Amino acid sequence: MSAADVFTVVAVSAGAFFFLAGSVGLLRFPDSLTRLHALTKADNLGLGLVVLGLLPQASGLLGGLKLLGVWVLVQLSSATAAQVIAQALGRRRPPP
Amino acid sequence: MTVIEILDIGLAVLVLGVAAWTIAARELFAAAVGYVAYGLLLSLVWVRLFALDVALTEAAIGSGVTGVLLITAAMRLRGTDPPQASEQLRPMVRVAAATLCIAIAGVLAAGVLMMADPGPTLAPDVARHLGETGLGNPVTAVLMAFRAFDTMLEKVVLILAVIGVWSLAADDAWGSVAGPRPLAHHQGPLTFFAQLLPPVGIVVAVHIAWVGANEPGGAFQGGALLAAMAMIVLMARVVQAPAVDRRWLRVVLVAGPAMFLLIGMIGFAVAAGFLAYPDGIAKPLILFIEAFMVLSIAAVLPLLVIGPPNRPQAGPP
Repeated sequence: MSAADVFTVVAVSAGAFFFLAGSVGLLRFPDSLTRLHALTKADNLGLGLVVLGLLPQASGLLGGLKLLGVWVLVQLSSATAAQVIAQALGRRRPPP
Repeated sequence: MTVIEILDIGLAVLVLGVAAWTIAARELFAAAVGYVAYGLLLSLVWVRLFALDVALTEAAIGSGVTGVLLITAAMRLRGTDPPQASEQLRPMVRVAAATLCIAIAGVLAAGVLMMADPGPTLAPDVARHLGETGLGNPVTAVLMAFRAFDTMLEKVVLILAVIGVWSLAADDAWGSVAGPRPLAHHQGPLTFFAQLLPPVGIVVAVHIAWVGANEPGGAFQGGALLAAMAMIVLMARVVQAPAVDRRWLRVVLVAGPAMFLLIGMIGFAVAAGFLAYPDGIAKPLILFIEAFMVLSIAAVLPLLVIGPPNRPQAGPP
């Protein structure tokens, strides 16, 4: 097992841990906004670590760039989705 | 048992679980969300079966576009009255429907389980004749050459679906536009997203359609991605959908099947018959047809999602 493989295992495992934590938060947190918070944090950190861990395994520069592209696109869409859901929540229940 | 096998079994159990949950869910919106999750899991199953083309299509059409359609339908029904007791199915009908579904699933399962080993397959024939098409992706060769007739009819069905949706329009709304009105002032994250993503999405869509000749991808997947970009700008209310009586829209809708049919007809004159391609230029012809099919698919899917034209026109008709 080379150093790159060890790095991959550690980083992807850490990423999986954040996804687990996010899922636990989704199930356990009391209201929609905190659940949203748990999910988006998990997306950001979890996927970021998974992609970081997979980079040494990528097939060449193009494969690595594709991985980073996936990461950027998911970041963009999950951040947007979180904002939109939060806005919808704010419309439904005006702040006290 | 290896790790991969355990993961595969876990995936299969998850698919079955989500499927059962989707059927059992009482609320329409929850069932639609369950269906989307089911589609995404199913596309992972296709990846595990090394059917990347099917996985891409399942994720884009089965989960993505169909999911949007179902969620939109559920949201539209949310404001309406719950069904009256007289409108609900009688227990006998429910039992009969469940029996029929179980029987069909049972016959399918028996068919798969009792299949001869190795199962009947045309894969060697496809592999042998792949070179004649000039394509590298056997799935595209099957779709666009060996079973071209089926693929053409599928595209015709999509247009029939649009006609079906449009025929739900009220008389005074006919010829107008469908979908939400665009916002006067663009602001907020959704607008930003809808302005940022389409350039990237269009490039990826064209790439996926183009590499479909030799690698997983193709007209349907590329067209679905383009359609997704159109849906984002429509849903973010950045632009307005074209009115349904625009001639260019009608031309784009029929472009794919029409070009398919035209080149198929030319096959009578210059090749072996209907939908046969002349030797040597099969690949450019297929890519040419696919380019038009991408356009048609990209137009059909958003039109299905935004529904029939719904704005009464101002003034006397």
